[in-house]
Amino acid sequence: MDELKELYRQVILDHNRNPRNFGELADATRVVSGVNPLCGDKMTLYVKLAEDKIDDIRFKGTGCAISVASSSLMTERVKGAPVAVALRLFDQVHELLTAAHDREPPADLDKLAALGGVREYPSRVKCASLGWHALKSAITAEGETRVTTE
Amino acid sequence: MSVVTAERPVPQLKRDFEALRKDFPALHQLVHGKPLAYLDNAASSQAPVQVQEAIAEQQRLNHANVHRGVHQLSERSTAAYEGARERVRRFINAASAAEIVFTRGTTESINLVAASFGQRLSTGDEVLITWLEHHSNIVPWQLACERTGARLVVAPIRDDGSLDVAEFDRLLNERTKIVAVAHVSNALGTLNPVAELVAKAHAAGAVVLVDGAQAVPHLRVDVASLDCDFYAFSGHKMFGPTGTGVLYGKRALLETMPPYQGGGDMILTVSFDRTTYNALPYKFEAGTPNITGVVGLGAAVDYLEGIDFAALAAHEHSLLHHATERVLADVPGVRLIGTAPRKASVLSFVVDGIHPHDLGTIVDSEGVAIRTGHHCAMPVMERFGVAATARASFALYNNRDDVDRLVAGLKKAVEIFRG
Repeated sequence: MDELKELYRQVILDHNRNPRNFGELADATRVVSGVNPLCGDKMTLYVKLAEDKIDDIRFKGTGCAISVASSSLMTERVKGAPVAVALRLFDQVHELLTAAHDREPPADLDKLAALGGVREYPSRVKCASLGWHALKSAITAEGETRVTTE
Repeated sequence: MSVVTAERPVPQLKRDFEALRKDFPALHQLVHGKPLAYLDNAASSQAPVQVQEAIAEQQRLNHANVHRGVHQLSERSTAAYEGARERVRRFINAASAAEIVFTRGTTESINLVAASFGQRLSTGDEVLITWLEHHSNIVPWQLACERTGARLVVAPIRDDGSLDVAEFDRLLNERTKIVAVAHVSNALGTLNPVAELVAKAHAAGAVVLVDGAQAVPHLRVDVASLDCDFYAFSGHKMFGPTGTGVLYGKRALLETMPPYQGGGDMILTVSFDRTTYNALPYKFEAGTPNITGVVGLGAAVDYLEGIDFAALAAHEHSLLHHATERVLADVPGVRLIGTAPRKASVLSFVVDGIHPHDLGTIVDSEGVAIRTGHHCAMPVMERFGVAATARASFALYNNRDDVDRLVAGLKKAVEIFRG
């Protein structure tokens, strides 16, 4: 039960119920669609890049609470952030989701630390990382517009 | 007045399903500290100890290659392997063991027919499937159609998940060369009127392949009375091991079909000019087969032969009925996906505001194993406007306690999500 509470923390449930930055972005400069073939979940990420900064970001799609909350928390955190900062966050979140139990998760993640409960559920790591992979693709690759968690 | 003569005693068929639970070691364990309620049988069923022992015995003492050795172990392995073929023949009432081809599973069985029999297709021909098929009974036909220029035609289903037979009738015509249809839908539980569809397809001049993966562990399959041309099923959904499957095919059809794969065991003679193929069923069994697995499959058939299938149907129907009633009564916001009047052992559903994956994780924390996702039936999901469902599927060893624990787990999920 404790592990389950760790997974479904209030902040996760809240962001699932009321996802932030949800919807399309008309003036996006990058649009990336992501799929999780395991469950058929789909999401589309809209990013407006301006001078190496994420000027605006939105997402839409269907997914489980972990996937929706992770994408919502992500957009909230990286909106307005320089691309370099977003890329460093990607690495930190990846570490948070997959690090061994005895390792301390990366500090200064703030709210994103709520995703840490996923570590106990290997089958759910892909749910939590879908939006982040879409983000990385959007802010790095020029032509890449489709990511999967496979 | 009737006179009953019996040359040998008829073995007593088992109908005490609670007592059978002792045969399944996997059921008697704790998961997350809770007793396991295994409700993912449509994905894969647990094997009884009889199957596990048959596999161990084959590995421990009898292992050797089949059909070629003159030594004792090879003869024992061959006898065990061919013995399993004869058991399967009897189990589904095929006319001859030559009509039983061992494969890796239902998927390979269907691919075999699509690749081999499918070579007869040409432009203008049609392959008729239904909307409720598993991807394994869609994609091989798409590939065959791409290769040959034939057209894939899909008969729709109704809102309750049953086949729209009137539409099926309308879509069936003289261009239809193959009809491929599930006996029981894995995602919805719908039981298709297969014998009726076969008769209609034959009248139109088409051959029929039945995907029986979800039927064999639940109902008595009789290929002679169904009169289907091909029947495909898997070992691991009927209490046998993974990597085993069966393709039943009518001898007259199999005889005229080209080989599926080339290799050992499927040939009579090989020279660089010409190869002649082995007799049925070996023509379709290239390479050393899954001998150990097939021995396990034979043991699974033996196990099922000891079950009273009428009592089994009643048992599973009662579980499904209990589950349907309790889920509808006790889980707020639940919607059943698949409510056909004739169903087998599958309860597929969604709960408002809670993604099936979250349901799956939460009931798992209570020791309840269900499947969540699209069940390799994406067109079915699209038809019902959902990305995924949660699915509880029952087997002979499940009981009312399993169902009640599922419902308790679902209520817990609602509590967590709605506060």
